[in-house]
Amino acid sequence: MVMGGAVTTGRKVRWGLVDILVLVFALVPVLWVVSLSFKTKATLTDGSFIPNEWTLQNYADIFVTTEFIRALVNSIGIAIIATVIAVTLGTMAAYAIARLDFPGKQILVGMSLLIAMFPQVSLVTPLFNIERELGLFDTWPGLILPYITFALPLSIYTLSAFFREIPWELEKAAKMDGATPAQAFRKVIAPLAAPGVFTTAILVFIFCWNDFLFAISLTSTEASRTVPAALSFFTGSSQFEDPTGTISAAAVVITIPIILFVLFFQRRIVAGLTSGAVKG
Amino acid sequence: MSHAVSEAPASTTGSKKKAKPVLSEGKKAERKLGLMLCAPAAFVMIAVTGYPIIYSVWLSLQRYDLRFPAQQKFIWFDNYAAVLTNSYWWTAFGTTMLLTVVSVIIEFVLGMALALIMHRTLVARGLIRTVALIPYGIVTVVAAFSWYYAWTPKTGYLANLLAPGSALLTDKVPSLLIIVLAEVWKTTPFMALLLMAGLALVPDDLLKAASMDGANAWQRFTKVMLPVMKPAILVALLFRTLDAFRIFDNIFVLTNGAQDTSSVSMQTYNNLVKGLNLGIGSTMAVLIFITVAIIAFLFIKVFGTAAPGSDDGGKR
Repeated sequence: MVMGGAVTTGRKVRWGLVDILVLVFALVPVLWVVSLSFKTKATLTDGSFIPNEWTLQNYADIFVTTEFIRALVNSIGIAIIATVIAVTLGTMAAYAIARLDFPGKQILVGMSLLIAMFPQVSLVTPLFNIERELGLFDTWPGLILPYITFALPLSIYTLSAFFREIPWELEKAAKMDGATPAQAFRKVIAPLAAPGVFTTAILVFIFCWNDFLFAISLTSTEASRTVPAALSFFTGSSQFEDPTGTISAAAVVITIPIILFVLFFQRRIVAGLTSGAVKG
Repeated sequence: MSHAVSEAPASTTGSKKKAKPVLSEGKKAERKLGLMLCAPAAFVMIAVTGYPIIYSVWLSLQRYDLRFPAQQKFIWFDNYAAVLTNSYWWTAFGTTMLLTVVSVIIEFVLGMALALIMHRTLVARGLIRTVALIPYGIVTVVAAFSWYYAWTPKTGYLANLLAPGSALLTDKVPSLLIIVLAEVWKTTPFMALLLMAGLALVPDDLLKAASMDGANAWQRFTKVMLPVMKPAILVALLFRTLDAFRIFDNIFVLTNGAQDTSSVSMQTYNNLVKGLNLGIGSTMAVLIFITVAIIAFLFIKVFGTAAPGSDDGGKR
């Protein structure tokens, strides 16, 4: 990997310093929210990066109100359902794109690309009215539908890139060895395809989990408001109270799944993001 | 090897097999299966984007305000005239353009640096790649709140540190800078990952050869790496530019559009939620759609055929 010159201690130290710079750049804003979430009401405005007095009160506060719990349930439910549907439909389409020859394949690929670049806000006004008339406004399906739509290009791209790498002749070999088509799929192809599908599911989940524009435009009550949207409506337990602590605590809670994904599946996420975008 | 490999290029270069007049049974079955597998995905995408966009064009030609439904009327292009002569719209348009250009340029420079670091670092490569993914994954609203509190007088460490006593988020220029900072922080890792994928394509031998011929590090970077990375750079810039143009979350939390920091997405949202004016909102939606199409078109024109989706696109 390294060209010219041996790996000296000096080089290592220099890289170490650069690495620390990256760590600070990436982590400081996150740690700041964590810090705020542990501050007591009295010390909230002291501006200190490390809390002077620690408390769990902010977390206790958000979990006694239905406002946050309800939003969390909505977020989890909507993101999971949208992910499952988008990845299922995406897998079917990506398999066809990677392995089959059929008319309209170019059109489908082009359409996915268009939608990936589509300005989502252009859909907000028409969808608002369509969903109002269909009774989908402020319901789970009302958010799941646009999420699936914008997650599909991502799934199709990522999955077709993964599927192209699978050595499909193994399937034939298994059949020659006497496996039934179902066995060949279950024992040979599914294990090979699973990492790609799983990676795609993570990326799609992160996308749905993150969305704010649709969440805030197509919902109006606790019935379907997700956490990012609910955060922007947070007030303290009384309206005169500063919501900084509770917002921070809620923010930390919804950041935890992302941190876990990143910690455990770093390699896969990187592979998924880059394969989809570069290999097309 | 095989089917998978020989099929893949055919998929992107268009179907040469179309010309064949007679299809075997197997081919027919394959076509049918392909269409059936793609149909649900295609149907959802068309139903949720295609139809609303057409509907949006129709709405944009009408006077349609949910507060005064009785006055609904077909008025041709009056909404467009109203929006295009409105100074708020143009301010928001200018702000969006400015934020897009400035943040994408900074992201590109930082992203390239981060990509090189992730690609080449000798120490803790896995750790760096993991940590760099955190800004990408984190909910934008959460990140925006972090920056908001960081810059709020008294509460924030940055406000106290850099400008004690002044409320930076109540001034236009500092607000815009903070919005750019929040955007750049959040999206640089994504840019860096795409660029890193491009970096991985640069053959080490080529760099070594250039090095032998006396090229210094900067020359190796501009003369060898950048040309090889061109397709990856195009994809990264195109994706990020179009994504930056829809900026909404950061502005919503940081300034809520105060002091002329509102973006076109914010304007459209405000029109819908505060104004309930579907005619004007749809007009803005159509205008944003057209702008994005123009940007994408220009990108592909400027960079030539290396665009994603075109023939030699992403295949590299």
